[in-house]
Amino acid sequence: MKKAAGKTKINPDAGKINQVLAKYKGNKGALIPALQEVQVALGFLSQDSLRAISQGLAIPLSQIYGVATFYTQFRLKPIGQHLVRVCHGTACHVGGAEKVSAAIEAGLGVRDGETTADGKFTVESVACLGCCSLAPVMMVDNDTFGRLTPESAIKAVKEY
Amino acid sequence: MKKATSKTLPKKKAVKKPAAPDYRIVVGLGSCGIAAGGHKVKAALMENLKKAKLNLQVSDTGCVGMCYSEVLLDVHDKHGQVYTYGNMTPDRMPRFVDEHLAKGQPVADWLVKASDRALPDDSFYAKQKRIVLRNCGQMDPEKIEDYMAHGGYQALGKALKKMTQDEVIKEVLDSGLRGRGGAGFPTGRKWQFARGSKGDKKYIVCNGDEGDPGAFMDRSVLEGDPHNVLEGMLIAGYAIGADEGYFYVRAEYPLAVERIKMAIEQAKKRGFLGKNIMGTKFSFEMKIKEGAGAFVCGEETALMASIEGQRGMPRLRPPFPAVSGLWGKPTNINNVETFANVPWIILNGAAAFASLGTEKSKGSKVFALAGKIARGGLVEVPMGITINEIIHEVGGGIKDGRTFKAVQMGGPSGGCIPAALGNTIVDYDSVGQTGAIMGSGGMVVMDDTTCMVDIARFFLDFTQKESCGKCTFCRVGTKRMLEILERITKGQGREGDIELLLELAEKIKISSLCGLGQTAPNPVLTTVKYFRQEYEAHIRDKQCPAHSCKELLKYEIIPEKCIGCTACARVCPVTSISGQVKKPHVIDQETCIKCGNCVAKCKFDAIKVR
Ligand SMILES: Cc1cc2nc3c(=O)[nH]c(=O)nc-3n(C[C@H](O)[C@H](O)[C@H](O)COP(=O)(O)O)c2cc1C
Ligand code: FES
Repeated sequence: MKKAAGKTKINPDAGKINQVLAKYKGNKGALIPALQEVQVALGFLSQDSLRAISQGLAIPLSQIYGVATFYTQFRLKPIGQHLVRVCHGTACHVGGAEKVSAAIEAGLGVRDGETTADGKFTVESVACLGCCSLAPVMMVDNDTFGRLTPESAIKAVKEY
Repeated sequence: MKKATSKTLPKKKAVKKPAAPDYRIVVGLGSCGIAAGGHKVKAALMENLKKAKLNLQVSDTGCVGMCYSEVLLDVHDKHGQVYTYGNMTPDRMPRFVDEHLAKGQPVADWLVKASDRALPDDSFYAKQKRIVLRNCGQMDPEKIEDYMAHGGYQALGKALKKMTQDEVIKEVLDSGLRGRGGAGFPTGRKWQFARGSKGDKKYIVCNGDEGDPGAFMDRSVLEGDPHNVLEGMLIAGYAIGADEGYFYVRAEYPLAVERIKMAIEQAKKRGFLGKNIMGTKFSFEMKIKEGAGAFVCGEETALMASIEGQRGMPRLRPPFPAVSGLWGKPTNINNVETFANVPWIILNGAAAFASLGTEKSKGSKVFALAGKIARGGLVEVPMGITINEIIHEVGGGIKDGRTFKAVQMGGPSGGCIPAALGNTIVDYDSVGQTGAIMGSGGMVVMDDTTCMVDIARFFLDFTQKESCGKCTFCRVGTKRMLEILERITKGQGREGDIELLLELAEKIKISSLCGLGQTAPNPVLTTVKYFRQEYEAHIRDKQCPAHSCKELLKYEIIPEKCIGCTACARVCPVTSISGQVKKPHVIDQETCIKCGNCVAKCKFDAIKVR
């Protein structure tokens, strides 16, 4: 809907955040699911969103920050269009994950945890995607790729 | 359809329902099947079926265990024969549809298992005993009717209607079932404690955090047979007097989460969840919580803190969860696989379960076989089997015909068992004696190209990052151990480093609050115990016997073999290779970064790695 905004300029994310908060208000143990849903909606947890959650759930901001920085799932910075997660679990490590990562990082010109300059990919190493018998494994967004070689890995990524 | 005239058709047929399908085809769509391209295979199959007019039914299933030959596809024919095809690709679909489905001739080359013939891969199943995995790969996990057709929810009915709470607990106690999450605490005893705790509100928690990198048992069970776990939790809930349960599942397992949600909805509709279950006084609510990526949240007190919405930091026990758990209420927490054993035990009796296994470890155990093993996948074997049997018979030996060096059991809390101890039996105490632990079931197999110092470094890197930071020795001590291991693998190890590692290991073990720190040194302790000479080679001779640690490798050109084609020099990213065309080249050791590009490029086997 392209209706003219009201008198004050509204944060475009506020609607999404409020939706999540309405669902969790008053529930016990709501913080982590609320953070998870806001992150799905916004792609990351912005400072504004953390403040809104703090007010909405009546939890001190410091505590929310503590939780958001404790769990690796939460990101406080935006990521690229596609998230490439290269597994560095035991099976993948033994199966040559290091070379897969090296090929992807060289192919995209970024290092672990970074986003490409065009904002298309963020590369991250993770600790086991649960497909260990197909090691080495990576996920691009929600698609899993197994039995990778350095060549097949970068090829698969570039197809996105 | 042509209308049948009364003349051509015998009377009976006119009243008959549609004929049973000639074939039932089942595509393996667990995470591993999907990763190997399961959806593409299924799409190609459907496409090919459009053309062929056949009377058949296509459905999905979870992981069957033969992950090494995904994508798997089962064909059930009307004579009761079952054929399993392995390594299926979209390209294989036309021939498969034409030969097997249209002409009735199974494509023998692609079969990995069949009920009418012997095949080499039969040894994968010969020594397995499937209790937890009994339905995995045998039914559609998204259909409660399938689960019920396989005896699902009968154990719950039996427990609720024919057994008292104490009788249920006694059955589990007598079965000898021990926790499958790692520590192996007797499940019946845990339930007794929770039942004995006073309180109007009690909880059941299912630990599906599965943080051990290299393990995927719980994922496969949750994806392949979610109702079985749910039923186990309900029985536990009845036994201890709880009315609310939580599934705690890793965030990295979206398919498992989806299937559990589905299972919960279906169970509610059928009256297996909610108020007055199966017409009894027992009521139960189920919730699902997704983890947020923290290994330490697998530890029970941290897990509960995480459900409560806090940082997942372990706390001191006692009080144990059975006394004061979730929101301070008595809570019983078990692993996914532990719960998955319960319905079978209730239906078949404690004695049947206890007849399997060893004196102190009863029943079967699911293992995730991965690493340098020929047949990586999910297996369930009776306790008491030897490690050699699992690796060489079930697992088909080492990949590419290399030599078995060690197997890592128990993940970051466990250790490496050397090939020489391959006759160790799988039982909590025997595995414990090697310095490793039974753990949750991860088995990562290593061959002669795996460096044991590097493996120790790998695990310390993991635990150091995952330490929650509460205990100083766990937080700082693991960091110091990691630094030492890093310098050893880089060729900067010093005399006395091994002793320093051992000293730190001891201190960290005794001064950490939770299992993470208490067991973090195990990978180092076991590798030093069994592979000390490898540490010494790194430290004294600056050599990596497995040729794995990059900084210690030396690339050299063998002049007799080099024909001077310049291929290597062209791929060297740091121009360390020089020489004239058609003359042997040389590598400058000072500038070489050991990337390995030259070896991969050389067609004449002229580059030696030391
Ligand atoms: C660091 C750490 C991680 C753990 N991770 C898991 C896990 O991923 N899954 C699990 O079931 N138990 C895990 N445990 C064990 C649990 O604390 C607990 O013992 C277990 O869930 C009890 O269930 P069980 O008796 O059925 O084995 C972990 C323990 C520690 C110390
Ligand atoms: S170790 Fe990579 S998927 Fe498990």
